[in-house]
Amino acid sequence: MPEILSYTFMQRALLASVLIGTVSAVIGVYVVLRGLSFIGAGIAHASFGGVALGFLLGINPLLTAVVFCLLTAWGIAWTSRRAEVKEDTAIGIFFAATMALGILFIGLMRGYNVDLFGYLFGSVLAVTRLDLWLSLLLGAGVLLIVGLFFKELLFITFDPEMARVSGLPAGAIYVLLLSLMALTIVLSIKVVGIILVSALIVIPAAAAYQLTEDFRRMMLLAVVIGNLSAIVGLFLSYGLNTASGATMVLTATLIFFLSALLSPRRRRARV
Amino acid sequence: MEYVIELEHVTVRYQELVALEDVSLRVTPGEFLALIGPNGSGKTTLIKAILGLVMPAAGTVRLFGKPPQQLDGDWKRVGYVPQTAQIDPRFPIRVFDVVLMGRYGQVGLIRRPGHRDRETVWRALERVGMAELAQRPIGRLSGGQRQRVLVARSLANEPELLLLDEPTTGVDVGATEGLFDLLEVLHQQGMTILVVSHDVGVVAQHVNQVACVNRRLVAHGRPEEVLGGEVLECMYGPQAAFVGHGDFPHVVVQRHGPQEG
Repeated sequence: MPEILSYTFMQRALLASVLIGTVSAVIGVYVVLRGLSFIGAGIAHASFGGVALGFLLGINPLLTAVVFCLLTAWGIAWTSRRAEVKEDTAIGIFFAATMALGILFIGLMRGYNVDLFGYLFGSVLAVTRLDLWLSLLLGAGVLLIVGLFFKELLFITFDPEMARVSGLPAGAIYVLLLSLMALTIVLSIKVVGIILVSALIVIPAAAAYQLTEDFRRMMLLAVVIGNLSAIVGLFLSYGLNTASGATMVLTATLIFFLSALLSPRRRRARV
Repeated sequence: MEYVIELEHVTVRYQELVALEDVSLRVTPGEFLALIGPNGSGKTTLIKAILGLVMPAAGTVRLFGKPPQQLDGDWKRVGYVPQTAQIDPRFPIRVFDVVLMGRYGQVGLIRRPGHRDRETVWRALERVGMAELAQRPIGRLSGGQRQRVLVARSLANEPELLLLDEPTTGVDVGATEGLFDLLEVLHQQGMTILVVSHDVGVVAQHVNQVACVNRRLVAHGRPEEVLGGEVLECMYGPQAAFVGHGDFPHVVVQRHGPQEG
Protein backbone atom coordinates (compact mmCIF):
# COMPACT_ATOMS: atom_id res chain seq x y z
CA MET A 1 0.00 0.00 0.00
CA PRO A 2 2.65 2.63 0.89
CA GLU A 3 4.28 2.57 -2.55
CA ILE A 4 0.93 3.44 -4.10
CA LEU A 5 1.01 6.63 -2.08
CA SER A 6 4.40 7.60 -3.44
CA TYR A 7 2.63 8.53 -6.67
CA THR A 8 1.69 12.17 -6.64
CA PHE A 9 -1.62 11.54 -8.43
CA MET A 10 -2.53 8.98 -5.77
CA GLN A 11 -1.74 11.41 -2.96
CA ARG A 12 -3.96 13.98 -4.63
CA ALA A 13 -6.69 11.41 -5.20
CA LEU A 14 -6.57 10.33 -1.56
CA LEU A 15 -6.83 13.92 -0.33
CA ALA A 16 -9.69 14.56 -2.74
CA SER A 17 -11.45 11.38 -1.56
CA VAL A 18 -11.23 12.35 2.10
CA LEU A 19 -12.58 15.77 1.25
CA ILE A 20 -15.41 14.35 -0.83
CA GLY A 21 -16.23 11.67 1.73
CA THR A 22 -16.48 14.30 4.46
CA VAL A 23 -18.28 17.17 2.75
CA SER A 24 -20.74 14.98 0.81
CA ALA A 25 -21.70 13.11 3.96
CA VAL A 26 -22.31 16.30 5.96
CA ILE A 27 -24.54 17.79 3.27
CA GLY A 28 -26.11 14.37 2.70
CA VAL A 29 -27.58 14.40 6.21
CA TYR A 30 -29.74 17.41 5.30
CA VAL A 31 -30.51 15.99 1.86
CA VAL A 32 -31.72 12.66 3.26
CA LEU A 33 -33.72 14.14 6.14
CA ARG A 34 -35.36 16.87 4.05
CA GLY A 35 -35.93 14.59 1.03
CA LEU A 36 -33.81 16.58 -1.42
CA SER A 37 -32.23 13.65 -3.28
CA PHE A 38 -33.92 14.50 -6.54
CA ILE A 39 -32.75 18.12 -6.35
CA GLY A 40 -29.24 16.76 -5.81
CA ALA A 41 -29.47 14.67 -8.95
CA GLY A 42 -30.85 17.66 -10.84
CA ILE A 43 -28.04 19.98 -9.75
CA ALA A 44 -25.46 17.29 -10.53
CA HIS A 45 -26.71 16.98 -14.08
CA ALA A 46 -26.67 20.74 -14.43
CA SER A 47 -22.93 20.62 -13.84
CA PHE A 48 -22.61 18.82 -17.18
CA GLY A 49 -23.63 21.99 -19.00
CA GLY A 50 -21.11 23.95 -16.95
CA VAL A 51 -18.27 21.51 -17.58
CA ALA A 52 -18.96 21.49 -21.33
CA LEU A 53 -18.98 25.30 -21.37
CA GLY A 54 -15.64 25.34 -19.57
CA PHE A 55 -14.12 23.13 -22.26
CA LEU A 56 -15.67 25.24 -24.99
CA LEU A 57 -14.26 28.47 -23.54
CA GLY A 58 -10.96 26.90 -22.54
CA ILE A 59 -11.25 27.71 -18.82
CA ASN A 60 -11.20 25.34 -15.84
CA PRO A 61 -14.51 23.41 -16.14
CA LEU A 62 -14.96 23.36 -12.38
CA LEU A 63 -15.33 27.15 -12.39
CA THR A 64 -18.08 27.12 -15.01
CA ALA A 65 -19.68 24.16 -13.22
CA VAL A 66 -19.89 26.21 -10.00
CA VAL A 67 -21.82 28.89 -11.88
CA PHE A 68 -24.16 26.38 -13.56
CA CYS A 69 -24.87 24.45 -10.38
CA LEU A 70 -25.52 27.55 -8.28
CA LEU A 71 -27.82 29.04 -10.92
CA THR A 72 -29.72 25.76 -11.15
CA ALA A 73 -30.07 25.54 -7.37
CA TRP A 74 -31.38 29.09 -7.20
CA GLY A 75 -33.62 28.50 -10.20
CA ILE A 76 -35.23 25.49 -8.55
CA ALA A 77 -35.71 27.38 -5.29
CA TRP A 78 -37.17 30.41 -7.06
CA THR A 79 -39.54 28.40 -9.24
CA SER A 80 -40.90 26.31 -6.41
CA ARG A 81 -41.24 29.40 -4.20
CA ARG A 82 -43.44 31.01 -6.80
CA ALA A 83 -45.44 27.76 -6.60
CA GLU A 84 -46.55 28.14 -10.20
CA VAL A 85 -45.14 24.67 -10.86
CA LYS A 86 -44.35 21.88 -8.45
CA GLU A 87 -40.76 21.55 -7.31
CA ASP A 88 -40.13 18.19 -8.98
CA THR A 89 -41.44 19.63 -12.25
CA ALA A 90 -39.02 22.55 -11.90
CA ILE A 91 -36.17 20.12 -11.26
CA GLY A 92 -37.13 18.08 -14.30
CA ILE A 93 -37.06 21.18 -16.49
CA PHE A 94 -33.69 22.51 -15.23
CA PHE A 95 -32.20 19.04 -15.31
CA ALA A 96 -33.04 18.56 -18.99
CA ALA A 97 -32.33 22.13 -20.10
CA THR A 98 -28.81 22.21 -18.61
CA MET A 99 -27.98 18.78 -20.04
CA ALA A 100 -29.22 19.96 -23.43
CA LEU A 101 -27.00 23.04 -23.15
CA GLY A 102 -24.06 20.77 -22.41
CA ILE A 103 -24.75 18.69 -25.49
CA LEU A 104 -25.06 21.87 -27.54
CA PHE A 105 -21.69 23.11 -26.25
CA ILE A 106 -20.07 19.78 -27.12
CA GLY A 107 -21.44 20.14 -30.63
CA LEU A 108 -19.77 23.54 -30.93
CA MET A 109 -16.39 22.06 -29.99
CA ARG A 110 -14.10 20.66 -32.65
CA GLY A 111 -13.61 16.93 -32.33
CA TYR A 112 -14.25 14.55 -29.52
CA ASN A 113 -13.06 15.52 -26.07
CA VAL A 114 -11.93 12.60 -23.94
CA ASP A 115 -11.49 14.74 -20.81
CA LEU A 116 -15.12 15.82 -20.93
CA PHE A 117 -16.25 12.23 -20.67
CA GLY A 118 -13.88 11.78 -17.75
CA TYR A 119 -16.14 14.22 -15.92
CA LEU A 120 -19.20 12.09 -16.63
CA PHE A 121 -17.79 8.94 -15.05
CA GLY A 122 -15.10 10.37 -12.79
CA SER A 123 -11.41 9.70 -12.87
CA VAL A 124 -8.81 9.64 -10.12
CA LEU A 125 -5.94 10.25 -12.51
CA ALA A 126 -7.45 13.50 -13.67
CA VAL A 127 -7.20 15.39 -10.37
CA THR A 128 -4.71 18.19 -10.95
CA ARG A 129 -3.02 20.35 -8.35
CA LEU A 130 -5.34 23.21 -9.23
CA ASP A 131 -8.42 20.98 -8.96
CA LEU A 132 -7.31 19.90 -5.53
CA TRP A 133 -6.86 23.48 -4.32
CA LEU A 134 -10.20 24.45 -5.77
CA SER A 135 -11.87 21.48 -4.05
CA LEU A 136 -10.17 22.28 -0.76
CA LEU A 137 -11.40 25.85 -0.96
CA LEU A 138 -14.97 24.76 -1.78
CA GLY A 139 -14.96 22.02 0.85
CA ALA A 140 -13.62 24.28 3.59
CA GLY A 141 -16.17 26.92 2.64
CA VAL A 142 -19.06 24.46 2.78
CA LEU A 143 -17.98 23.04 6.15
CA LEU A 144 -17.46 26.52 7.61
CA ILE A 145 -20.93 27.66 6.55
CA VAL A 146 -22.52 24.46 7.90
CA GLY A 147 -20.71 25.11 11.19
CA LEU A 148 -21.91 28.69 11.37
CA PHE A 149 -25.52 27.97 10.44
CA PHE A 150 -25.72 24.58 12.13
CA LYS A 151 -28.83 25.34 14.19
CA GLU A 152 -30.61 27.15 11.38
CA LEU A 153 -29.99 24.32 8.90
CA LEU A 154 -31.23 21.79 11.46
CA PHE A 155 -34.34 23.89 12.09
CA ILE A 156 -35.39 24.26 8.44
CA THR A 157 -34.68 20.57 7.88
CA PHE A 158 -36.78 19.44 10.82
CA ASP A 159 -39.65 21.93 10.65
CA PRO A 160 -39.44 24.62 7.95
CA GLU A 161 -42.79 26.16 8.82
CA MET A 162 -41.86 26.60 12.46
CA ALA A 163 -38.51 28.06 11.41
CA ARG A 164 -40.38 30.76 9.49
CA VAL A 165 -42.69 31.47 12.40
CA SER A 166 -39.72 31.83 14.76
CA GLY A 167 -38.64 34.85 12.71
CA LEU A 168 -35.56 33.27 11.15
CA PRO A 169 -35.06 33.89 7.41
CA ALA A 170 -36.10 30.33 6.59
CA GLY A 171 -36.40 30.93 2.85
CA ALA A 172 -32.88 32.33 2.61
CA ILE A 173 -31.49 29.44 4.68
CA TYR A 174 -33.15 26.96 2.33
CA VAL A 175 -31.49 28.66 -0.63
CA LEU A 176 -28.22 28.53 1.32
CA LEU A 177 -28.66 24.77 1.78
CA LEU A 178 -29.26 24.27 -1.95
CA SER A 179 -26.19 26.39 -2.69
CA LEU A 180 -24.09 24.25 -0.33
CA MET A 181 -25.37 21.18 -2.21
CA ALA A 182 -24.30 22.78 -5.49
CA LEU A 183 -20.77 23.47 -4.21
CA THR A 184 -20.48 19.96 -2.76
CA ILE A 185 -21.46 18.49 -6.11
CA VAL A 186 -18.89 20.57 -7.97
CA LEU A 187 -16.05 19.56 -5.71
CA SER A 188 -16.91 15.86 -6.19
CA ILE A 189 -17.55 15.59 -9.93
CA LYS A 190 -13.93 15.21 -11.04
CA VAL A 191 -13.36 12.07 -8.96
CA VAL A 192 -16.86 10.61 -8.66
CA GLY A 193 -18.35 11.70 -11.96
CA ILE A 194 -21.45 13.74 -12.76
CA ILE A 195 -23.67 10.68 -13.06
CA LEU A 196 -22.86 9.23 -9.64
CA VAL A 197 -22.08 12.30 -7.56
CA SER A 198 -25.48 12.58 -5.89
CA ALA A 199 -25.24 8.94 -4.79
CA LEU A 200 -22.17 9.74 -2.69
CA ILE A 201 -24.15 12.51 -1.01
CA VAL A 202 -27.21 10.40 -0.28
CA ILE A 203 -25.91 6.91 0.54
CA PRO A 204 -23.55 7.55 3.50
CA ALA A 205 -26.19 9.71 5.20
CA ALA A 206 -28.89 7.13 4.48
CA ALA A 207 -26.67 4.43 6.02
CA ALA A 208 -26.04 6.60 9.10
CA TYR A 209 -29.79 7.21 9.40
CA GLN A 210 -30.26 3.46 9.89
CA LEU A 211 -27.91 3.42 12.85
CA THR A 212 -28.88 6.27 15.14
CA GLU A 213 -31.71 8.47 16.40
CA ASP A 214 -29.46 11.39 17.31
CA PHE A 215 -28.80 14.18 14.81
CA ARG A 216 -25.16 14.92 15.65
CA ARG A 217 -24.34 11.23 15.82
CA MET A 218 -25.96 10.74 12.42
CA MET A 219 -23.72 13.41 10.97
CA LEU A 220 -20.62 11.91 12.57
CA LEU A 221 -21.51 8.41 11.37
CA ALA A 222 -22.23 9.72 7.87
CA VAL A 223 -18.76 11.29 7.75
CA VAL A 224 -17.14 8.03 8.90
CA ILE A 225 -19.09 6.02 6.33
CA GLY A 226 -18.45 8.60 3.62
CA ASN A 227 -14.71 8.52 4.23
CA LEU A 228 -14.68 4.75 4.45
CA SER A 229 -16.54 4.49 1.13
CA ALA A 230 -14.31 7.05 -0.58
CA ILE A 231 -10.98 5.67 0.67
CA VAL A 232 -11.80 1.97 0.33
CA GLY A 233 -13.38 2.70 -3.04
CA LEU A 234 -10.28 4.56 -4.17
CA PHE A 235 -7.85 1.77 -3.29
CA LEU A 236 -10.16 -0.90 -4.70
CA SER A 237 -10.47 1.01 -7.95
CA TYR A 238 -6.69 1.30 -8.12
CA GLY A 239 -6.17 -2.37 -7.37
CA LEU A 240 -8.94 -3.66 -9.61
CA ASN A 241 -8.43 -1.02 -12.28
CA THR A 242 -12.09 0.01 -12.12
CA ALA A 243 -13.71 3.45 -12.29
CA SER A 244 -13.13 5.29 -9.01
CA GLY A 245 -16.55 6.91 -8.66
CA ALA A 246 -18.45 3.71 -9.37
CA THR A 247 -16.28 1.74 -6.94
CA MET A 248 -16.83 4.32 -4.19
CA VAL A 249 -20.58 4.32 -4.76
CA LEU A 250 -20.78 0.52 -4.70
CA THR A 251 -18.70 0.44 -1.50
CA ALA A 252 -21.11 2.94 0.05
CA THR A 253 -24.07 0.87 -1.14
CA LEU A 254 -22.63 -2.22 0.52
CA ILE A 255 -22.22 -0.30 3.79
CA PHE A 256 -25.79 0.95 3.44
CA PHE A 257 -27.21 -2.58 3.21
CA LEU A 258 -25.09 -3.72 6.15
CA SER A 259 -26.37 -0.74 8.17
CA ALA A 260 -29.96 -1.51 7.22
CA LEU A 261 -29.49 -5.08 8.44
CA LEU A 262 -28.04 -3.88 11.74
CA SER A 263 -30.50 -1.04 12.12
CA PRO A 264 -32.14 -0.66 15.54
CA ARG A 265 -34.90 1.22 13.70
CA ARG A 266 -35.65 -1.88 11.69
CA ARG A 267 -36.43 -3.86 14.79
CA ARG A 268 -39.02 -1.28 15.89
CA ALA A 269 -40.59 -0.13 12.66
CA ARG A 270 -40.24 -0.02 8.93
CA VAL A 271 -37.95 2.68 7.57
CA MET B 1 -56.51 49.54 21.48
CA GLU B 2 -54.12 47.18 19.80
CA TYR B 3 -55.56 43.85 18.80
CA VAL B 4 -53.36 40.81 19.05
CA ILE B 5 -54.87 39.36 15.89
CA GLU B 6 -56.88 41.32 13.37
CA LEU B 7 -58.32 39.77 10.21
CA GLU B 8 -60.34 41.89 7.81
CA HIS B 9 -62.34 40.27 5.01
CA VAL B 10 -59.75 37.53 4.55
CA THR B 11 -60.27 35.13 1.66
CA VAL B 12 -57.84 32.28 1.04
CA ARG B 13 -57.88 30.12 -2.08
CA TYR B 14 -55.94 27.00 -2.99
CA GLN B 15 -56.17 27.15 -6.76
CA GLU B 16 -59.96 27.02 -7.38
CA LEU B 17 -60.84 25.81 -3.90
CA VAL B 18 -61.98 28.55 -1.56
CA ALA B 19 -60.71 27.58 1.88
CA LEU B 20 -61.78 30.73 3.68
CA GLU B 21 -64.17 33.40 2.54
CA ASP B 22 -64.51 36.93 3.85
CA VAL B 23 -63.44 36.16 7.42
CA SER B 24 -63.13 39.09 9.81
CA LEU B 25 -61.95 38.34 13.32
CA ARG B 26 -60.40 40.34 16.14
CA VAL B 27 -58.66 38.88 19.14
CA THR B 28 -58.01 41.12 22.13
CA PRO B 29 -55.13 40.69 24.60
CA GLY B 30 -55.82 38.08 27.25
CA GLU B 31 -58.54 36.32 25.28
CA PHE B 32 -58.81 32.52 25.38
CA LEU B 33 -60.43 31.72 22.04
CA ALA B 34 -61.41 28.39 20.57
CA LEU B 35 -61.71 28.13 16.82
CA ILE B 36 -64.12 25.31 16.12
CA GLY B 37 -65.53 23.81 12.97
CA PRO B 38 -65.82 20.47 11.17
CA ASN B 39 -62.93 18.83 9.36
CA GLY B 40 -61.96 20.70 6.22
CA SER B 41 -63.68 23.89 7.35
CA GLY B 42 -60.56 26.04 7.01
CA LYS B 43 -59.48 26.21 10.67
CA THR B 44 -55.87 25.28 9.94
CA THR B 45 -55.86 27.62 6.96
CA LEU B 46 -57.02 30.42 9.26
CA ILE B 47 -54.12 29.80 11.66
CA LYS B 48 -51.69 29.67 8.75
CA ALA B 49 -53.08 32.92 7.38
CA ILE B 50 -52.64 34.56 10.79
CA LEU B 51 -49.01 33.41 10.81
CA GLY B 52 -48.38 34.49 7.22
CA LEU B 53 -47.73 30.91 6.15
CA VAL B 54 -50.45 31.20 3.51
CA MET B 55 -51.16 34.43 1.66
CA PRO B 56 -54.77 35.60 1.49
CA ALA B 57 -56.16 36.23 -1.99
CA ALA B 58 -58.04 39.18 -0.48
CA GLY B 59 -58.24 40.98 2.83
CA THR B 60 -55.64 41.92 5.42
CA VAL B 61 -54.03 40.10 8.33
CA ARG B 62 -52.41 41.84 11.26
CA LEU B 63 -50.48 40.29 14.12
CA PHE B 64 -49.66 42.71 16.93
CA GLY B 65 -50.67 45.47 14.56
CA LYS B 66 -48.35 44.47 11.71
CA PRO B 67 -48.65 42.26 8.64
CA PRO B 68 -47.03 38.90 9.52
CA GLN B 69 -44.40 39.40 6.78
CA GLN B 70 -43.12 42.45 8.65
CA LEU B 71 -43.26 41.06 12.16
CA ASP B 72 -39.46 40.64 12.46
CA GLY B 73 -38.48 40.99 16.13
CA ASP B 74 -42.08 40.58 17.27
CA TRP B 75 -42.06 36.89 16.30
CA LYS B 76 -40.75 36.26 19.79
CA ARG B 77 -44.22 37.26 21.05
CA VAL B 78 -45.79 34.39 19.09
CA GLY B 79 -45.89 30.71 20.01
CA TYR B 80 -47.20 28.16 17.51
CA VAL B 81 -48.03 24.52 18.10
CA PRO B 82 -48.57 22.82 14.72
CA GLN B 83 -50.42 19.54 14.27
CA THR B 84 -48.17 16.66 15.26
CA ALA B 85 -48.63 15.21 11.77
CA GLN B 86 -46.40 18.02 10.53
CA ILE B 87 -43.44 16.51 12.36
CA ASP B 88 -41.58 13.48 10.99
CA PRO B 89 -41.45 11.12 13.99
CA ARG B 90 -38.50 9.28 12.43
CA PHE B 91 -36.31 12.37 12.38
CA PRO B 92 -33.20 11.60 14.45
CA ILE B 93 -33.56 14.19 17.19
CA ARG B 94 -34.06 14.21 20.95
CA VAL B 95 -36.84 15.89 22.91
CA PHE B 96 -34.54 18.52 24.44
CA ASP B 97 -33.18 19.58 21.05
CA VAL B 98 -36.70 19.95 19.62
CA VAL B 99 -37.73 22.22 22.48
CA LEU B 100 -34.48 24.17 22.17
CA MET B 101 -35.60 25.13 18.65
CA GLY B 102 -38.24 27.25 20.35
CA ARG B 103 -35.36 29.49 21.44
CA TYR B 104 -33.62 29.74 18.05
CA GLY B 105 -35.51 32.83 16.91
CA GLN B 106 -34.49 34.73 20.03
CA VAL B 107 -30.92 33.43 20.01
CA GLY B 108 -30.54 34.90 16.53
CA LEU B 109 -28.61 33.91 13.43
CA ILE B 110 -25.29 32.08 13.83
CA ARG B 111 -25.18 32.55 17.63
CA ARG B 112 -25.38 29.52 19.91
CA PRO B 113 -28.04 28.99 22.60
CA GLY B 114 -26.66 29.83 26.03
CA HIS B 115 -27.26 28.87 29.63
CA ARG B 116 -30.43 30.95 29.94
CA ASP B 117 -31.89 29.30 26.83
CA ARG B 118 -31.28 25.86 28.30
CA GLU B 119 -32.86 26.90 31.60
CA THR B 120 -35.95 28.09 29.72
CA VAL B 121 -36.13 24.78 27.87
CA TRP B 122 -36.02 22.84 31.14
CA ARG B 123 -38.80 25.00 32.59
CA ALA B 124 -40.94 24.43 29.48
CA LEU B 125 -40.32 20.68 29.67
CA GLU B 126 -41.33 20.63 33.33
CA ARG B 127 -44.53 22.54 32.60
CA VAL B 128 -45.68 19.83 30.21
CA GLY B 129 -44.29 17.00 32.34
CA MET B 130 -41.67 15.89 29.83
CA ALA B 131 -38.46 16.73 31.71
CA GLU B 132 -37.69 13.08 32.45
CA LEU B 133 -37.87 12.22 28.77
CA ALA B 134 -35.65 15.11 27.64
CA GLN B 135 -32.98 12.86 26.16
CA ARG B 136 -35.38 10.48 24.42
CA PRO B 137 -35.49 10.45 20.60
CA ILE B 138 -38.86 11.72 19.39
CA GLY B 139 -39.37 8.47 17.48
CA ARG B 140 -39.85 6.71 20.82
CA LEU B 141 -42.66 8.90 22.09
CA SER B 142 -46.41 8.33 22.01
CA GLY B 143 -48.57 10.74 20.01
CA GLY B 144 -49.64 12.53 23.17
CA GLN B 145 -46.05 12.90 24.38
CA ARG B 146 -44.98 14.28 21.01
CA GLN B 147 -47.81 16.79 21.26
CA ARG B 148 -46.53 17.92 24.66
CA VAL B 149 -43.03 18.36 23.22
CA LEU B 150 -44.45 20.74 20.61
CA VAL B 151 -46.32 22.66 23.32
CA ALA B 152 -43.08 22.89 25.31
CA ARG B 153 -41.25 24.16 22.23
CA SER B 154 -43.75 26.98 21.83
CA LEU B 155 -43.53 27.84 25.55
CA ALA B 156 -39.72 27.94 25.35
CA ASN B 157 -40.20 31.04 23.20
CA GLU B 158 -42.02 32.67 26.17
CA PRO B 159 -44.76 34.04 23.91
CA GLU B 160 -47.60 36.48 24.63
CA LEU B 161 -49.81 34.78 22.06
CA LEU B 162 -50.13 31.03 21.73
CA LEU B 163 -51.72 29.40 18.67
CA LEU B 164 -52.45 25.67 18.84
CA ASP B 165 -53.65 23.65 15.85
CA GLU B 166 -55.70 20.62 16.88
CA PRO B 167 -53.61 19.88 19.98
CA THR B 168 -55.94 17.12 21.15
CA THR B 169 -56.02 14.97 18.02
CA GLY B 170 -54.94 11.45 18.87
CA VAL B 171 -54.58 12.34 22.54
CA ASP B 172 -56.52 10.51 25.26
CA VAL B 173 -59.08 12.21 27.51
CA GLY B 174 -56.77 12.55 30.52
CA ALA B 175 -54.02 14.18 28.46
CA THR B 176 -56.55 16.49 26.81
CA GLU B 177 -57.75 17.67 30.22
CA GLY B 178 -54.13 18.08 31.31
CA LEU B 179 -53.39 20.25 28.30
CA PHE B 180 -56.44 22.46 28.83
CA ASP B 181 -55.61 22.81 32.52
CA LEU B 182 -52.17 24.05 31.48
CA LEU B 183 -53.71 26.43 28.94
CA GLU B 184 -56.02 27.82 31.63
CA VAL B 185 -53.04 28.52 33.88
CA LEU B 186 -51.22 30.23 31.02
CA HIS B 187 -54.35 32.24 30.28
CA GLN B 188 -54.61 33.34 33.90
CA GLN B 189 -51.01 34.50 33.68
CA GLY B 190 -52.08 36.82 30.88
CA MET B 191 -51.31 34.82 27.75
CA THR B 192 -53.61 35.24 24.75
CA ILE B 193 -54.54 31.80 23.46
CA LEU B 194 -56.17 30.64 20.24
CA VAL B 195 -56.82 26.92 20.05
CA VAL B 196 -58.17 25.15 16.99
CA SER B 197 -60.35 22.15 17.65
CA HIS B 198 -63.14 20.13 16.15
CA ASP B 199 -64.08 18.93 19.62
CA VAL B 200 -66.71 21.38 20.86
CA GLY B 201 -67.42 19.57 24.10
CA VAL B 202 -63.90 19.88 25.45
CA VAL B 203 -63.16 23.46 24.51
CA ALA B 204 -66.50 24.94 25.59
CA GLN B 205 -65.71 24.28 29.24
CA HIS B 206 -62.38 26.07 29.23
CA VAL B 207 -62.34 29.00 26.84
CA ASN B 208 -64.00 32.40 27.19
CA GLN B 209 -64.57 32.98 23.47
CA VAL B 210 -65.62 30.68 20.65
CA ALA B 211 -65.41 31.32 16.92
CA CYS B 212 -67.13 28.89 14.58
CA VAL B 213 -65.63 28.52 11.15
CA ASN B 214 -67.03 26.73 8.19
CA ARG B 215 -65.29 28.42 5.30
CA ARG B 216 -66.95 31.59 6.60
CA LEU B 217 -66.98 32.82 10.16
CA VAL B 218 -70.33 31.48 11.35
CA ALA B 219 -70.33 33.01 14.81
CA HIS B 220 -68.04 34.56 17.36
CA GLY B 221 -68.80 35.24 21.02
CA ARG B 222 -68.96 33.73 24.47
CA PRO B 223 -69.50 29.95 24.44
CA GLU B 224 -72.99 30.11 25.92
CA GLU B 225 -74.05 32.75 23.38
CA VAL B 226 -72.55 31.13 20.35
CA LEU B 227 -73.17 27.43 20.76
CA GLY B 228 -76.81 27.46 19.79
CA GLY B 229 -78.70 25.39 17.28
CA GLU B 230 -78.01 27.62 14.31
CA VAL B 231 -74.25 27.35 14.70
CA LEU B 232 -74.43 23.63 15.19
CA GLU B 233 -76.56 23.10 12.17
CA CYS B 234 -74.22 25.15 10.05
CA MET B 235 -71.26 23.21 11.29
CA TYR B 236 -72.45 19.69 11.63
CA GLY B 237 -75.69 19.53 9.65
CA PRO B 238 -79.33 19.31 10.82
CA GLN B 239 -78.76 16.06 12.75
CA ALA B 240 -76.68 17.70 15.47
CA ALA B 241 -77.79 19.06 18.80
CA PHE B 242 -76.37 19.99 22.16
CA VAL B 243 -77.17 18.27 25.39
CA GLY B 244 -77.51 20.96 28.02
CA HIS B 245 -75.45 20.47 31.13
CA GLY B 246 -75.22 23.15 33.78
CA ASP B 247 -74.86 26.64 32.42
CA PHE B 248 -73.60 25.84 28.98
CA PRO B 249 -74.21 23.24 26.33
CA HIS B 250 -71.86 20.36 26.53
CA VAL B 251 -71.89 17.54 24.06
CA VAL B 252 -72.79 17.11 20.45
CA VAL B 253 -75.00 14.11 19.71
CA GLN B 254 -77.03 12.72 16.87
CA ARG B 255 -80.68 13.76 17.14
CA HIS B 256 -83.02 10.77 17.19
CA GLY B 257 -85.27 10.26 14.21
CA PRO B 258 -88.98 11.23 14.66
CA GLN B 259 -90.23 7.64 14.52
CA GLU B 260 -88.17 6.85 17.60
CA GLY B 261 -89.93 9.67 19.36
